[in-house]
Amino acid sequence: MSDRTIDRVAAATPPPVARKIRGLSDRAIAWIFVAPTIFLLLAINIFPLIWTIRLSFTNYRANRLTREPEFIGLRNYERILTDSDIWLNMQATAHFLFWTIFFQVLIGFTLAWLINKKFKGNDLWTTIIVLPMMLSPAVVGNFWKFLYQPQIGLFNYIVSFFTGKDPSSFEMLGQVNLAPWSIVIVDTWMWTPFVMLICLAGLRSIPDYIYEAAEIDRASKLRQFFTITIPMVLPFLMLAVLFRGIENFKMFDLVVQLTGGGPGSVTELTSINLKREAFEKWRTGYASAYAIILFVTVFGLASIYVKALNKVKER
Amino acid sequence: MSYSKLAAASAIAIAATGVASTAQAEDLTLCWAAWDPANALVELSKEFEAQSGHTMNFEFVPWPNFADRMLNELNSGGKLCDLLIGDSQWIGGGAENGHYVKLNDFFDAEGISMDDFAPATVYAYSTWPKGTPNYYALPAMGDANGWFYRKDWFARDDIKAAYKEATGQDLREPQSQKEMLQIAQFFQGREIDGKTVYGAAIFTERGSEGITMGVTSALYPWGFKYENTPGSYDMAGAVNSPEAVEALEFYKEFYETATPPGYTNSYMGESLDAFKSGQVAMAMNWFAFFPGLYADPATGGDKIDFFVNPPQNIAASTLGGQGISVVSYSDKQDAALEYIKWFAQPDVQAKWWELGGYSAHNSVLQDPGFVDSQPFAGDFLEAMDGVQDFWQEPAYAELLLAMQKRIHDYVVADQGTAQEALDKLIEDWTEVFEDEGKL
Amino acid sequence: MSSFSITEPSNRTKWFAGTLVILYAVITMIPLVWIAITGFKSPADAIAYPPKYIVGSESEAGFQPTLEGYVNLFTTRTRQTQDFLDANPPETWADEIVRQYDMVIVGPSKFGERFMNSVIIGFGSTFLSVFLGTLAAYAFSRFKIPLADDLLFFILSTRMMPPIAVAIPIFLMYRQLNLSDTHLGMILLYTAVNISLAVWLLKSFIDGIPTEYEEAALIDGYTRFQAFYKVVLPQAATGIASTAIFCLIFSWNEYAFAVLLTTANAQTAPPFIPTIIGIGGLDWPAIAAGVTLFLLPVMVFTILLRKHLLRGITFGAVRK
Repeated sequence: MSDRTIDRVAAATPPPVARKIRGLSDRAIAWIFVAPTIFLLLAINIFPLIWTIRLSFTNYRANRLTREPEFIGLRNYERILTDSDIWLNMQATAHFLFWTIFFQVLIGFTLAWLINKKFKGNDLWTTIIVLPMMLSPAVVGNFWKFLYQPQIGLFNYIVSFFTGKDPSSFEMLGQVNLAPWSIVIVDTWMWTPFVMLICLAGLRSIPDYIYEAAEIDRASKLRQFFTITIPMVLPFLMLAVLFRGIENFKMFDLVVQLTGGGPGSVTELTSINLKREAFEKWRTGYASAYAIILFVTVFGLASIYVKALNKVKER
Repeated sequence: MSYSKLAAASAIAIAATGVASTAQAEDLTLCWAAWDPANALVELSKEFEAQSGHTMNFEFVPWPNFADRMLNELNSGGKLCDLLIGDSQWIGGGAENGHYVKLNDFFDAEGISMDDFAPATVYAYSTWPKGTPNYYALPAMGDANGWFYRKDWFARDDIKAAYKEATGQDLREPQSQKEMLQIAQFFQGREIDGKTVYGAAIFTERGSEGITMGVTSALYPWGFKYENTPGSYDMAGAVNSPEAVEALEFYKEFYETATPPGYTNSYMGESLDAFKSGQVAMAMNWFAFFPGLYADPATGGDKIDFFVNPPQNIAASTLGGQGISVVSYSDKQDAALEYIKWFAQPDVQAKWWELGGYSAHNSVLQDPGFVDSQPFAGDFLEAMDGVQDFWQEPAYAELLLAMQKRIHDYVVADQGTAQEALDKLIEDWTEVFEDEGKL
Repeated sequence: MSSFSITEPSNRTKWFAGTLVILYAVITMIPLVWIAITGFKSPADAIAYPPKYIVGSESEAGFQPTLEGYVNLFTTRTRQTQDFLDANPPETWADEIVRQYDMVIVGPSKFGERFMNSVIIGFGSTFLSVFLGTLAAYAFSRFKIPLADDLLFFILSTRMMPPIAVAIPIFLMYRQLNLSDTHLGMILLYTAVNISLAVWLLKSFIDGIPTEYEEAALIDGYTRFQAFYKVVLPQAATGIASTAIFCLIFSWNEYAFAVLLTTANAQTAPPFIPTIIGIGGLDWPAIAAGVTLFLLPVMVFTILLRKHLLRGITFGAVRK
């Protein structure tokens, strides 16, 4: 597969450009330039992926070197898809995905809209707001755990300062009803700037003359907002949602540091569950099937979404 | 017959090369958990360095990550550790997957006898299959889950009177699990010296093994058994017996009514914090921490005392502790064996206890002065008499993770009933043993 | 109310928008500032309630700043007997600090090592991915490559795998190749992950460089390779630099692979920082100190990058 692709790459490079050349031909250069990247991806992405697919039909365990793995067909897939606990993990993931995207779009868009009012110093403040999203999620999770400590944590203190609630009366990370929100809050804190930046680019891409024309037509500000601003920003917003969706579907490091999946299993997102299966229980074959299911889900959802996105763009 | 002779001969040859290689100084790495006894071992090992010329390096991993990282290291065939003080439950996997070097021939050649060590520790830390004379580790650190309490509070007249009034009984070291709960509930939310205090700190951690180690400290005294007949993997009626259900409900009640707020995911460190900061009247933790607790300037000395996990239907404690093994992927096995040989000597073992390690050597434990050597020494002997351990199967991690989930879901996340939790646990475990081909 | 342009917001609107944005920025910074402050507290002050937020010990909310957290971060210490302490007076200011707990410094901690691993693996993989990425991006940008879009999408799709899923076969592969817990293994892995970003981002930068320059150079007798090297590269320098910083930030921040595939030799700082423990329990000031030191470089980079941030986070899909 790879060789053929490369050959086609080389073959298709137009020879005319290579006219006055003393050195390598363009074909050769294209070949040489692309090959290492493709090779690396084949070795560290595609080959392992194929290996994972193969493993997913076996009962292989990476910690039992002495035991011959057996081919067990679709048994792993069957087990995963009928496991009610895994569906609970999926639900937790869906809850996390939905609410993080909801809040990030809401706050991110509002912020972008405000920044686009071009007040003095907006560049400086934008840079400051952007900082959290560049940080290491695991480290962020770790120090938010400190902020969430019952009794001593700053978060509880601030909440109690404004609401008068006793700071030791609630535990963001330990209570079944609060823990799913605790991870939504941190993710929103961290990634709202991402959505904001993309929305800002969208807002800035709208040429002034469109608003000017609307103004001449005496369209109200509200009407302008819904007929010009929103539709023009929508493709950008959808792109932001795509990125956040993929990233949060894979979410591992932040949540593992914050709650470790607890209390019970209420914040056990699929990635955390997958890690337990693969690297704590060492059910390699089973975990491989699980990984393939997750990959197909992301890939499928993303492909459908990209199609929708392209439609919106075309309009 | 001739085969075993050959093996013995080759063992002697190995031992001989071991001696010969003494001239060559090696850099040995010992892996263990990062906790108080590990620091004591560093101190102890200086003597070995001086005698052998080898250099000792240490890789200590905090408990919450210890199993994860070390099992990952073993499973990836890593050469990081030459010596590993691995948790008791790893012995099955360590032996069957070839991570640990089998020590029988070495013991024979060096005249190290397992009869010199306390039987409970040899059984738990060294043998696989369980109870057979196949040794994969030398008992290094005896341990069990015990309790400690604020002796100064228990001795105060106002508190004693209040307890008497509230319960009609005298305040004392609890003699049963239920009495312990009653005392903890008495302290819960009480004002002492202007500060609100709570009953007891118990294990509720979800990520590694915490809540299992905590809940088994209630399950075992109620008479919980893993199997109806040992070795049969026949769990229905044992794991979910009425006693087990009652014990699990007890642990949940304890968690809900007698522990400080926010202890939803607490293990050793949190238990120590709670006690040292004066938040709780009692706390559970491993004996390994007791020397450090006794030495603590704020809550140690005459403010603290210790007791064995109280009995209920029977007397039993949850086993901790580890044996020391040689990792089969190490290139320096000879020098590593030399360390074990040195460590097994009675005088080294005596010093080990003195520095704060829990020796399992009979010469130490049966010494007439032992019981009085520390305030918790007698309790330790008593606890080790009744220890029970979790599954030590090669599939222990899967069994443990299932239990962590089921128990935490029930006790902390408040889902379902105790009966359901244990029924589901049997399902999970049955699945594991079926996969293993044992059922 | 009317201003010089109808689309220019009024001053009142600007003032209102500015206030809200600044308010958000201040709120968003509180956690970071709090961590930075905690690094300079003693363990007792770090967990005090109500929280202490003023420097100075007079008021109830005040704390005495100390470098204890940083000392604990970089050293290992043991408790010693009174006799030993009396016989060996403290030599440095760091000694003085740990003496208050009857402890002495016995050596460096593992933090320095882990931090160096982060640097080595971060720079190593950044160099490789930018090097390979520039070549591939140039080829995709300038030559007609069949199925180019598919290939590019294939390169991107590798980012959709959850890291844990990738780690399963990598773990097995590295075990076979003896690459577990090695710098080389981690550099190769991070390069493979970063290369999709590098290719996409650099392609967007190189696409923006007019082809006329190269064509002129070719006519002047440059070879294609010379034209790439002497004409395109200098013009793409900014793009390459920003791509490099993005790659560096990714490797710097990565946690999942590091925690699953390394145990000691090649372990980076992110899996290590949360495990810093003190005397019984987590040593929050030391963790906060580690977090501060670890996050600082990324913050500086972010400020340097601010013009290209958007392009970077969207894989070149959105350009300002």
